[in-house]
Amino acid sequence: MNLATKDIRHNLGRFALTAVGIGMLLMVVMGMGGIYRGVVEDATLLIDRVGADLWIVQSDTRGPFAELSRVPSNLVYRAAAVPGVQSSREFAYHTVQRRRDGKPLRIAVLGLSWPTDKGQWVSLTAGRPLGQAHYEMIADKSLGLDVSEQLTLGKETYTVVGTTSNMISSGGDGIAFFTVADAQAIQFDVPGEAVRLERAARESRGESFELAMQQPMMLDNAWRPTAQLPAVARPQISAVMVTVSPGAGVNQVAETISGWGDVSVYTADGQRELLLKGSVEKVRRQIGLFRVLLTVIAAIIMALILYTLTLDKIHSIALLKLIGAPNTVILGMILQQALILGFVGFGIAYLVGQQLFPMFPRRVILANSDLLQLAGIVLAISVLSSLLGIWKAMKVSPNEALA
Amino acid sequence: MTSHDTTLDDSTSFDDKPFAIDAVGLTKIYGSGNTEVVAMRDASMQVAQGEVVALLGPSGSGKSTFLTAVGLINPPTSGRVTIKDKLVLDGESAHANLRAFRRQHIGFIFQKSNLIPFLSAAENVQIAMQLNGKFLGFARRRAIELMDYLGVADRADNLPSMLSGGQQQRVAVARALANHPSVLLADEPTAALDGQRGRQVMELFAKVAHEQGAGVIVVTHDQRALDVFDTIYEMEDGLMHKQPHKVQQTTH
Repeated sequence: MNLATKDIRHNLGRFALTAVGIGMLLMVVMGMGGIYRGVVEDATLLIDRVGADLWIVQSDTRGPFAELSRVPSNLVYRAAAVPGVQSSREFAYHTVQRRRDGKPLRIAVLGLSWPTDKGQWVSLTAGRPLGQAHYEMIADKSLGLDVSEQLTLGKETYTVVGTTSNMISSGGDGIAFFTVADAQAIQFDVPGEAVRLERAARESRGESFELAMQQPMMLDNAWRPTAQLPAVARPQISAVMVTVSPGAGVNQVAETISGWGDVSVYTADGQRELLLKGSVEKVRRQIGLFRVLLTVIAAIIMALILYTLTLDKIHSIALLKLIGAPNTVILGMILQQALILGFVGFGIAYLVGQQLFPMFPRRVILANSDLLQLAGIVLAISVLSSLLGIWKAMKVSPNEALA
Repeated sequence: MTSHDTTLDDSTSFDDKPFAIDAVGLTKIYGSGNTEVVAMRDASMQVAQGEVVALLGPSGSGKSTFLTAVGLINPPTSGRVTIKDKLVLDGESAHANLRAFRRQHIGFIFQKSNLIPFLSAAENVQIAMQLNGKFLGFARRRAIELMDYLGVADRADNLPSMLSGGQQQRVAVARALANHPSVLLADEPTAALDGQRGRQVMELFAKVAHEQGAGVIVVTHDQRALDVFDTIYEMEDGLMHKQPHKVQQTTH
């Protein structure tokens, strides 16, 4: 005869409500772990999938993901000339926020090095990779765009030619793939009025230069497009990705490039490490603290519930002792109830989480290792939370049955 | 119409039978110094196997203190308790695992039925046997047999809250008898029962005592069933006296 289940059946309503409450708390703990996994997965997704051996970024910066990086676009040719480099690609990356259908739409804009990189490495759920140098995009499904839909960014309209799933930036925004030229056009788009004002300012500044006074024809250039002025720098890119030739040493190539004073170079693992130890580390710590707090709260609630369940049974426990029940029977009853509560709570957390987590704005990834770890924690807090009840039960005298 | 009168008789003798209970010089003192209270003073009682003893006395006289001392629940400050030739308590020193000894040798019945509320009536009886290592099937069969004997088998699967006070008390009696106890201790067992049921329970105790050779002590105020008892003790102010004669029932 299992006294634990008999008592639970007798107090089924209270036990069920408690289990649901514990389950909800554990679901939050589980979900937070899943959110952290999602953040890590999202943050490292590009690094893992893009297939670059080396990342060349602005000197003394941590790369295009951890912080802002600006390098000249001609860096791609310098990198390509390094012995051991098989190919180098431009990489432009920034986030924009626009409005679509009256709602804010945040897009992580990623520029691909057309025509060498058309996004063939991107896992498409529908459509195709980029097929032309301009006005096409591949969009993650989280952006709410389907194949053949159009989106106006800046002065241009882009057509979605392919869609992806779970391509999310470390900030949680869906990634859209463009050519580098289009990505820069989106990033550096300025309204016509601003262009006219800049050209007027350029002419005004020129008028104060002595050289312009001596050569008035120079001022005519002030009204020419920026792209036609050699004195004005070309739009910059975020980084250059390098693929090392088979047989060539990644570290050797990295060492060569690291000798350049204007850039820093990281291996893919180094870039990954930087990302995880940078912004993601803070998220990990924050989520970790919340998980610890929630776990402690769940343990306290379980302990209180088990304690009150034990208090309700004081007379029965005294009676059991009176008729000779050994302590192991009483201890087992309370411990089993704690374990059942923890197990049922964990089950509820998992089942409800499976339904709710997909609705979360950020990805929640339930890794088996995390679930096992949480199950272990639940087991531990179940045992710990039963101690208070067990302590109370052990103190009960059989005399109390006679009261 | 039947009524019960009582006269005194000393026809039954247990002198040649071994003791089920031998309590010698039990004293129980609560507190110390100025707060010291002597609840029981030098109380002795010998109950032979098969003997049914009534313990009478006013409230606060020390009856329950004596019963809990003999029942190994509340050890005396001094004195010795021997059950079935085994010295179990010598003052507050236990010479056995008291809880295990209670489980194996003593059956308890209280004024209130004292059933476990989350177990069915049959399970309340079974639990006493299962704690003693009996298998579920055997325990279930014997529980139903006992409950049938006591007229409550039809309520076997009901929770205590669904039973009347009398039915609950009969289930408690079944639990007390479940392990064939050597000693049966009852504290006001008929308080919740009507006269007829009360008498039936007392007669049942006598039957168990005589058939199983158990020693039975019943604390009672019910004067109507005193003829059932082989021996009568009285307590007053913590002191115990044995009445010299058996009370005999006469029916008019």
